[in-house]
Amino acid sequence: MTTTPNGNGATSEIEVPDELANSVVITSIAKLLDPIYNWSRRNSLWPLGFGLACCAIEMICTAASRFDISRFGMEVFRASPRQADLMIVSGTVTKKMAPIIVRLYNQMAEPRYVLSMGACASGGGPFKEGYNVVDGIDKFLPVDVYVPGCPPTPQALVNGLIAMQEKIDQQSIATAPWYRKSDPGADLLPVPLLGPDLVDVRQLDLIRKEAAAANERIEAEAAAVEASA
Amino acid sequence: MSDTILEAPATGDQPVVFDNPVDEVTAALKERFTEFVADDTRPGYGGLVVSADKIVEVAEALRDDLGFNYLSSVTGVDLIEEDKMEVVYHAYSIDKGGDAMVLKVQVDRDNPVVPSLTPTYPGADFQEREAWDLLGIRFEGHPDLRRILTWDGFHGHPLRKDWKEPFFEEEAKPFGSRWPAGEVFRAEEKNVYGKNVQYPEGWAPSGAEYEAETDSYAGITYSRESTPGLKTEKVTVNMGPQHPSTHGVFRMALTLDGETIVGLKPVMGYLHRNHEKIGERNTFIQNIPYTDRLDYISSMSNNLGYVLGVEKLMEAEVPERAEWIRILMAELTRISNHLWALGFLLNDMGALQTPMIYYYIERELILDLFEATAGSRMMCNYMRFGGVAYDLPDQVRDQPVMDFLHDLVYDRLPRVLHQGDELVTGNEIVRARGIGYGYLSAEDAIAFSAAGPLLRASGVPYDVRRANPYSYYEHLDFDVAVRYNGDIYDRYLIRIDEMQQSLRILEQVLPHLKATEGASIIGSKPQYALRMPNAGEAYGRVENPKGELGYYMTAKRRSANPERYHVRAPSFINLTALEKMCMGHKVADVVAILGSIDIVLGEVDR
Repeated sequence: MTTTPNGNGATSEIEVPDELANSVVITSIAKLLDPIYNWSRRNSLWPLGFGLACCAIEMICTAASRFDISRFGMEVFRASPRQADLMIVSGTVTKKMAPIIVRLYNQMAEPRYVLSMGACASGGGPFKEGYNVVDGIDKFLPVDVYVPGCPPTPQALVNGLIAMQEKIDQQSIATAPWYRKSDPGADLLPVPLLGPDLVDVRQLDLIRKEAAAANERIEAEAAAVEASA
Repeated sequence: MSDTILEAPATGDQPVVFDNPVDEVTAALKERFTEFVADDTRPGYGGLVVSADKIVEVAEALRDDLGFNYLSSVTGVDLIEEDKMEVVYHAYSIDKGGDAMVLKVQVDRDNPVVPSLTPTYPGADFQEREAWDLLGIRFEGHPDLRRILTWDGFHGHPLRKDWKEPFFEEEAKPFGSRWPAGEVFRAEEKNVYGKNVQYPEGWAPSGAEYEAETDSYAGITYSRESTPGLKTEKVTVNMGPQHPSTHGVFRMALTLDGETIVGLKPVMGYLHRNHEKIGERNTFIQNIPYTDRLDYISSMSNNLGYVLGVEKLMEAEVPERAEWIRILMAELTRISNHLWALGFLLNDMGALQTPMIYYYIERELILDLFEATAGSRMMCNYMRFGGVAYDLPDQVRDQPVMDFLHDLVYDRLPRVLHQGDELVTGNEIVRARGIGYGYLSAEDAIAFSAAGPLLRASGVPYDVRRANPYSYYEHLDFDVAVRYNGDIYDRYLIRIDEMQQSLRILEQVLPHLKATEGASIIGSKPQYALRMPNAGEAYGRVENPKGELGYYMTAKRRSANPERYHVRAPSFINLTALEKMCMGHKVADVVAILGSIDIVLGEVDR
């Protein structure tokens, strides 16, 4: 059997005689290993035992007797992010909680997946207008699957988890981000800070620019008042 | 039922309806503090307005001499039009029951300072911190006046009427952009940061940004002084908000001497979803689905408390069938909540998941009924002003609904209670970890304003359904469950007792449901665009599975939105007693003690 280091592209160069066509498979290491990796990952997806709000109750119901998440190999809820593969963001993400969630995500070992469960985690939901609510966890974390509902029923969550499994089936070790040879620390997401409001450190420049503009405006107003007086 | 540790006196012979002691006490207070108290003369309002410097004396007289020893609720109201800040107190008499004695203190809005009642009623602790956090009312003499729901350094006091959130659209709903023919827009498109954030004008990050941790440990001492004879140091340990046993995003900062707890500070606000701010912008009916999300395990009871409060304001009539359905739903909610609570309590005590999985089979039956009736398993949004939204369905799980209910009440639920009782109650580990741990005396339970099973497990037979009956509870035959040892084990037992009593109530409700089949379920026509006919205040309270759930709301005449909307959350106030219960125990017991309080973070942080 012939394998090529570059995967797909080069395989077409090899000619297989017609009489062997049924017995020979031309593939690559990645193509051979991907199904094995993906099969084991999709069937032992350990969620982080981490509930935020109402959706957590339905998440627990999914894990309990009637819906029985262990049919999918996912019943092992881990309390430590170091042992977990899947973060189910189950509920409203508040500003006070957001730094902790990002930190938990950073602590999870790769491969790691994020499932946003319910309206609040996906976009703020009914509490979006609140002053202490983050309008969607995807403002801070890369989300793989969104499950709608308020809260989603256990059936909906199971459906979302199956969608996650299908997504995992599409993965290839050749392209998976965590096999890149860059510095592993470089992939840590920036943890937001709690200032007068939640501060996304990726927006610091914008915040400074806005502040400078506001200060200029205040000074201009003060000068105008002075001039008129 | 299992063997009890103490023989409880029969509570059934208590007087069912109390005389209202409030009038008597009002007269007494007026006589004693003639110059310092006055009737609240605004139309629709009640209670006494007390001058700020006398409130502590009045409260002490109320507690010691007049028997109103239970301060249930403390909250602030922003009276922006009168340029005043008001603090509203609701106190009850544990012995006499009846309505609340309402006290009010009005102070200057720009510099609101009120003497703290925490030394008199320790249960005011967290509530005063909340009023400081959200309204900026300073309580002089409070031992630890820090922000509680937001974080230290948060800008402004969000419940003030002139404070605007980042996604602010208009003062009150329905917003013009959505109704009657407006265009919905995404709020983040108008926000310069594209997120739900705003900063004070001209604020720029300095670089030395605030770290979330530092604040939580403030007030906790880290001491190098050693225990006599041993070389040990006290150490502060953080538990939560990401911890498998804190029942959500609750956090405790524990100070330990070895493994013994010498200090515990609850830290909350990780699920602060701005219920009250959103509620004050909402129309009255829009708040019903939000109340579902307070104590999200018992949404039906939350609905009930809220509609009772609004019905007091608008003086609505409720037809008979609707009342029976309400009681049916409230009691089934109690059972489903206690099944949940016991599952988790046992989980915390080491019976990992097995009892929980057993209990949830029957809980799913109750949820199926809710889903068939209201359309949702958890967020029922079912009660309406003057009735309920829908009649009972024809079928649940392919069974006629009355047959289903009959099976549930006479067969499935008693069976699961019996089974759980047999398997768990006498269990050696449960007894060893439960008996004598997390003790709360009756006096402390009252002083800390504990409510619900926590209060009754300490030997105080106070149940809103009996003390201040609402709906048809005064016509129903049931006992107030009470236990006398005030420890984890009693809090476990009392939940089983309460479920038995709920079953007893349900057995009485079923014939009425059968008899009223087809009758009206809502008083007048459904009030979707409700405008309050009269100005005034109302305090609706129910005995929720977790304790007394109260809604305080005020409204102007012809208004569509509540002016002030406050929730007295039992889980939140029950946590005040947590430190007291945990002191001197080992760190592993904290988990079980917290489980025995049965908190839900949606209600703690709101």
